[in-house]
Amino acid sequence: MTTRDEITAGLAEILEEVAGVSPDDVAESKSFTDDLDVDSLSMVEVVVAAEEKFGVKIPDDEVQNLKTVGDAVSYIEKASA
Amino acid sequence: MSRREVVVTGLGATTPLGGDVASTWEAMVAGRSGVIALTQDWAQQLPVRIAAAMKVDPGTVLDRVKLRRLDRSEAAALIAAHQAWADAGLADAGVDGERLAVVVGSGIGGATTLLNQDDILEASGPRKVSPHTIPMLMPNGPAAWVGLELGAKAGVHAPTSACATGAEAVAWALDILRSGRADVAVAGGTEAVIHPLPLAGFAAMRAMSTRNDDPEAASRPFDKGRDGFVLGEGSGAMVLETEEHARARGARIYARLAGAAMTSDGYDIVQPDPQGHGIVRAINAALRDADVAASDIAHVNAHATSTAVGDIAEIAALRHARVTNAVVTSTKSMTGHLLGAAGAVESIAAILSVYHGIVPPTINLDDPDDALDLDVAALKARHLEVPAALNDSFGFGGHNAVLVFTKA
Repeated sequence: MTTRDEITAGLAEILEEVAGVSPDDVAESKSFTDDLDVDSLSMVEVVVAAEEKFGVKIPDDEVQNLKTVGDAVSYIEKASA
Repeated sequence: MSRREVVVTGLGATTPLGGDVASTWEAMVAGRSGVIALTQDWAQQLPVRIAAAMKVDPGTVLDRVKLRRLDRSEAAALIAAHQAWADAGLADAGVDGERLAVVVGSGIGGATTLLNQDDILEASGPRKVSPHTIPMLMPNGPAAWVGLELGAKAGVHAPTSACATGAEAVAWALDILRSGRADVAVAGGTEAVIHPLPLAGFAAMRAMSTRNDDPEAASRPFDKGRDGFVLGEGSGAMVLETEEHARARGARIYARLAGAAMTSDGYDIVQPDPQGHGIVRAINAALRDADVAASDIAHVNAHATSTAVGDIAEIAALRHARVTNAVVTSTKSMTGHLLGAAGAVESIAAILSVYHGIVPPTINLDDPDDALDLDVAALKARHLEVPAALNDSFGFGGHNAVLVFTKA
């Protein structure tokens, strides 16, 4: 079972790799687009990398609901439960 | 109404000879070759195992995250364009974006991205294909990135005419500035396709040198021993502006872009017209456009790629157009053939020849072709006043682009 903190840390690694976001800036309250400056194409990379890292499927329909890091953590937590 | 005069105020380049204009020019004047052996595993099965790679890898210049979304040709174009922009003194000053145009082309575009992503598609399926694939491989990508980063809003264009592209870009920019559609234009070309497929494709045409055991001697325009071109990569860019705009801001002026012309052969998809009619028409038209007499051209930076037919067809065309007082050189002897970037990098060399009064050598010209009856700067640079210079560029498809630069 992966904890929320572990998922957040994993997302921070991905965000640093694909979008150059500093891990220190990543928190559950942060918006991908407004706070972390992740554009739509980079978001696609984040999603594909997260699917691989956490062994989950994140359908394209779901991606628009993932506004914040916390939204993504919750989705991954539920999907991997 | 008198015509708007156009001048060159900034230069930028990343080439097989150096990561900027200063190091490239220094190596050119010194007569150094940028051609190297390809030691990668993928190269060992190819008939051609030499190329002129960029001396400074873009990966050491640009940010890692930015490079994830740039084809190598786009990265090179951005590096060259930013250098030119800074060299023109515009990095801080800037210009009105609605009066700034960009014309940057590529001969082949993002082919390496296409091929690399196809490898990923085959190995891992469509979901692993990068979402940056399309903007990386589209041929207008380099122009679009340069326009985006410099804030160009008067128009961003990407002419493509194979190996004439870089010169065509400069010619189109001249039209844009003369017509009043912009006051400043960044023009150039870029190419980065040192990859097994393009190498195999050009080699299959029997267009490339196979002097694999002696890379530095492989590109030898006008020499009896020439056996084809050497693939190079890199980018060249220049800032062009109306003379009025340049004078008003007190810009340093390298040279005047006095005239340009473009013609098409209508002869063959890849073979140059052995009579050189299209080239002669382009030279004549460019000279008329510049209002410069053929006999006043002191220097020609030739297209000469080190192929059997092309080099001598060009010499014959120059003679036919009465450009017979010029010291001719082919800097491809050092840079290899930068395809879509060639006309831009070679125009920069021609501009610096006007500016500094030095013509870089044609290296490896040990045994001149019997048909070579013009004065070529063989082996050593020449020091001479260059009031007016020509740059010739020709491309597969029968494209001919000729530019005339004069002392400002």
